[in-house]
Amino acid sequence: MSRPLRWNQALPGGTDLPVLLPAAARLARSAQSERTSGQFMLRLRAEHGVALFVLFLIACGAAQAQGGAGSPSILETIWKWTPLLLRGFLFNLAISVTAMLIGTLAGLFLGFAQISLLYPVRKGAWLTTHFFRNAPWLVLLFYCMFLLPFQVTVFGVTIPIPDWVKATFGLALPVMANVSEILRGAVQSIPTAQWESSASLAFTRRQTMWRIILPQCIKRMLPPWMNLYAILTMATVLTSIVGVAEVMTLTGRVLSAENRQGLLLPFYSYVLLLFFLYCYPIARWTVRLEAKYAVER
Amino acid sequence: MSAMQPIVSIQDLHKSFGNVEVLKGVAMDVPKGAVVCIIGPSGSGKSTLLRCINGLVPFDRGSIRVGTFDVQTLRTDPQRIALRKVVSMVFQQYNLFPHKTALQNVMMAPIHVLKEDKAEVHSRALALLEKVGLSAKADVYPGELSGGQQQRVAIARSLAMHPDVMLFDEITAALDPETVKEVLNTIRELAQDGMTCILVTHEMRFARELADTVYFTDGGVIVESGPPAELFDRPRMERTRAFLSQIL
Repeated sequence: MSRPLRWNQALPGGTDLPVLLPAAARLARSAQSERTSGQFMLRLRAEHGVALFVLFLIACGAAQAQGGAGSPSILETIWKWTPLLLRGFLFNLAISVTAMLIGTLAGLFLGFAQISLLYPVRKGAWLTTHFFRNAPWLVLLFYCMFLLPFQVTVFGVTIPIPDWVKATFGLALPVMANVSEILRGAVQSIPTAQWESSASLAFTRRQTMWRIILPQCIKRMLPPWMNLYAILTMATVLTSIVGVAEVMTLTGRVLSAENRQGLLLPFYSYVLLLFFLYCYPIARWTVRLEAKYAVER
Repeated sequence: MSAMQPIVSIQDLHKSFGNVEVLKGVAMDVPKGAVVCIIGPSGSGKSTLLRCINGLVPFDRGSIRVGTFDVQTLRTDPQRIALRKVVSMVFQQYNLFPHKTALQNVMMAPIHVLKEDKAEVHSRALALLEKVGLSAKADVYPGELSGGQQQRVAIARSLAMHPDVMLFDEITAALDPETVKEVLNTIRELAQDGMTCILVTHEMRFARELADTVYFTDGGVIVESGPPAELFDRPRMERTRAFLSQIL
């Protein structure tokens, strides 16, 4: 049965019609993964790091020239504050890892609900996923900051909830929604023929899911999941707006403590460099895994 | 008619997809151990017929009896699963599990569905791979096998379930002519072992050689059926003659 082709469908092979071929397999692959993950893929390259470093040096040089003779060297100032800034940065990483953990667990749960056979469960999960996926991260963060109590009392024991915990929850929400969508997309990307042949071998739906479908999904989910983590790491600086003492907040404090002209650019370039150094290996690894799995598939 | 009860018995089978009626009253009796070939142009409902037999596709009217199962009465998953333990199916696109080796592909269903002993399944799976001529490829993943090899693994995988009936859905259609032969040889051995086989096929020479009965379907009905010698050499219906003259 032949239906008219739609704009996003590939022409059947062997056509002699003039066709617009995809620019490159690599582009097609990244477009595919961006479709399934619903996130832009972080494509960091070593040149980007070099450019950032040059920007940092230029900023330092300019600030040094501005400061005039007698003022301490910019690099020395930065070095002096580095232990504090690194502590702040480690806090960012701790928030990102915790938010990723919570978000992934909740997201997998929500993702399974999205492929449930029960309509209300499926629909509810779909709504939740899309609400949190399409809401601005900062708004979700503010919601959590102001709606979660600052302490809870369990069996007479009062446990305070610090700001950073609330902020972590706030960031875990969009992560949850994205992981949910990554899982749903991966399950749906497995050809229906796999379900058919499993059914023909008398596997139950549950067995098919756990033994046939999900093992194949892990490979497809890993690159977008890692990419999501890199995006989340960069988003942790949002918590500075709600007063968490992470690297951005600390940088602001350092700047006001130094109270010196022209330090703004060198310091923020330095923070940018820190994030690059952390996210670059993740991004590279993601791209490599993606290419590897695309070949194996 | 022999006194033997047919193992698959189909009466007045109707199936529609939306407004399109693909099966318009199909009837067929397959005795135990018989090899039945279904031929006909594309879109004549051959694959749908096979999918109805193992309950992959629900049908609208009529009845299918497979052994002790009345397929139209199977409502729940456990009931359908019981049927599929008896009827196994091999597909045009092989549909092996890409994340498992050839051997694991064969072993999975007996271990997890039939709950058989692992060691016993292992030796039987090796024997089955030997039977389809692939014992050297036991630890190879499907992606590294040729189409013909994958299809033979798929046959071994189905056989491992000890089915009473095997359904083959155009299993050579995606293969190149040289590898078609190795797959057909495997089926030939199966037939000689007495396995009940229902094949949808375009391999007319093969159907002529091996089939006990050939069914010619067109437009959702069986136009003509009979032993291959009769159907191929002295077709009674004009439509059959037209089809055969096109492809022979």
